[in-house]
Amino acid sequence: MRYLCLVCFDTTLPDTLPPAEWAQLVKDSAEYDRELQRQGHFIAAEALMSPDTATTVRLRNGRMSATDGPFAELKEQVAGFILIEAADLNEAMRIGANIPLARIGCVEVRPVM
Amino acid sequence: MNDARAAIEAVYRAEAPRVLATLIRLLGGFERAEEALHDAWLAALDSWPERGVPDNPRAWLVSAGRFKAIDRIRREARFNAASAELEQQIELAALPEDNDAPAIADDQLRLIFTCCHPALAPDAQVALTLREICGLTTEEIATAYLTKPVTIAQRIVRAKAKIRDAGIPYAVPGPAELPDRIETVLQVIYLVFNEGYLASSGATPLRTDLCAEAIRLARLLGKLIEEPEATGLLALMLLHDARRAARVADGEIVPLDEQDRTLWNHAQIAEGQMLVRQVLAGRFSLYSVQAAIAACHTAGGSDWPRIVALYDLLVRIDPSPIVDLNRAVAVAMRDGPETGLALIDGLEMNDYRLWHAARADLLRRLGRMDEARNAYEAALAMTTQEAERRFIGRRLRALKS
Repeated sequence: MRYLCLVCFDTTLPDTLPPAEWAQLVKDSAEYDRELQRQGHFIAAEALMSPDTATTVRLRNGRMSATDGPFAELKEQVAGFILIEAADLNEAMRIGANIPLARIGCVEVRPVM
Repeated sequence: MNDARAAIEAVYRAEAPRVLATLIRLLGGFERAEEALHDAWLAALDSWPERGVPDNPRAWLVSAGRFKAIDRIRREARFNAASAELEQQIELAALPEDNDAPAIADDQLRLIFTCCHPALAPDAQVALTLREICGLTTEEIATAYLTKPVTIAQRIVRAKAKIRDAGIPYAVPGPAELPDRIETVLQVIYLVFNEGYLASSGATPLRTDLCAEAIRLARLLGKLIEEPEATGLLALMLLHDARRAARVADGEIVPLDEQDRTLWNHAQIAEGQMLVRQVLAGRFSLYSVQAAIAACHTAGGSDWPRIVALYDLLVRIDPSPIVDLNRAVAVAMRDGPETGLALIDGLEMNDYRLWHAARADLLRRLGRMDEARNAYEAALAMTTQEAERRFIGRRLRALKS
């Protein structure tokens, strides 16, 4: 099965954590992607720009409306994702929990249809 | 309904949960397994009254269910490649031998871990475990939890949909996850027990069926898996449950020191105490320490210095205000009400009824009657359970006279 691991954290953290700690997390994240590739779990992964850069659009009665910012104002925001292949939810949860950024935020593990 | 039919139904009811667990493994999901179990039941109703109940009804039902499932899959989609593959999988899946008890027990163990999966909400874990492992009906679960059958049914349907859609496996977790996962299973079992034992509201405080089911589950788990905490939990529940008959008299909660000990289940106490000695020989952990405390209370007279020492351990293992409160009560028994009261006052748990009740009791023993009355009244205002209200009411009346 494929699962999407949505990596969420308080997006002010990169600015407030000690720089060395943040640099280590970034390094560990890149290494973890490579490890998932080696194990055959990796499909795709991307990190996103900060939520301030988001624009939310809707189409109503054929007209587009746009609002500044993400669709929900939450303390923890989606900051990136990893799309994985896993045998079942147990394996997917294990992979999700080991994503380095889960140490400072959380990872939503969702099956892909 | 005649006796023969009643006997057949009793056999079926006893075997159904185990048969279902095996069918889920063989057929790979709840829906097909439930259909197959239903078909097997119809087949049994057809065959058993004439030919008699087979020697091994469990194996008979598994085999009939599996046969009916293959039949159904063939009928449903004759030219569907996916169902051909499924059919083959079912043909190849190992069928337990007639007397292969361990294989069937393993199927139940797998199913316990599925029902208590941390990806399911706690109330769904409880409902699913009672339905699928214990074989209670939706109505029985609803009665036990004072809720509507439709609420329980929805909870179970949603949980099953998540198991199917999110890919929750029918598997005992690997060694890395096992300790955490066992903890969830034990929590579910203890929740079921406490719901039966301490029902937080309502007129009847004891719902014994849930206690018996929880004890049965802990025994099953202990048989299937080597885990001291499972033994600790079993001991804890046996010791609490052993005092069940004495815990309420005339609809009123009876405190431990006033209980009629001849009403205690002494065989169960002996078993609980034996298990406590067994687990305390290993490492000290959450349930085993609580069980050890319960064992002290059911021994001759309560050994308060030992109970305080055990609470000291518990404070380290599982710190919580409630543990602090219980420890303070034990200290009061060991060192006198004044010392205990000072500890309790330091806790400031104003919104917890038992904090007020514990204070009230110590104030009463210190002869500070006005303060005791205020504290009992504060406890009474927060208590919804009838048996507890009556007990506090009696204490209040005694103070006034």
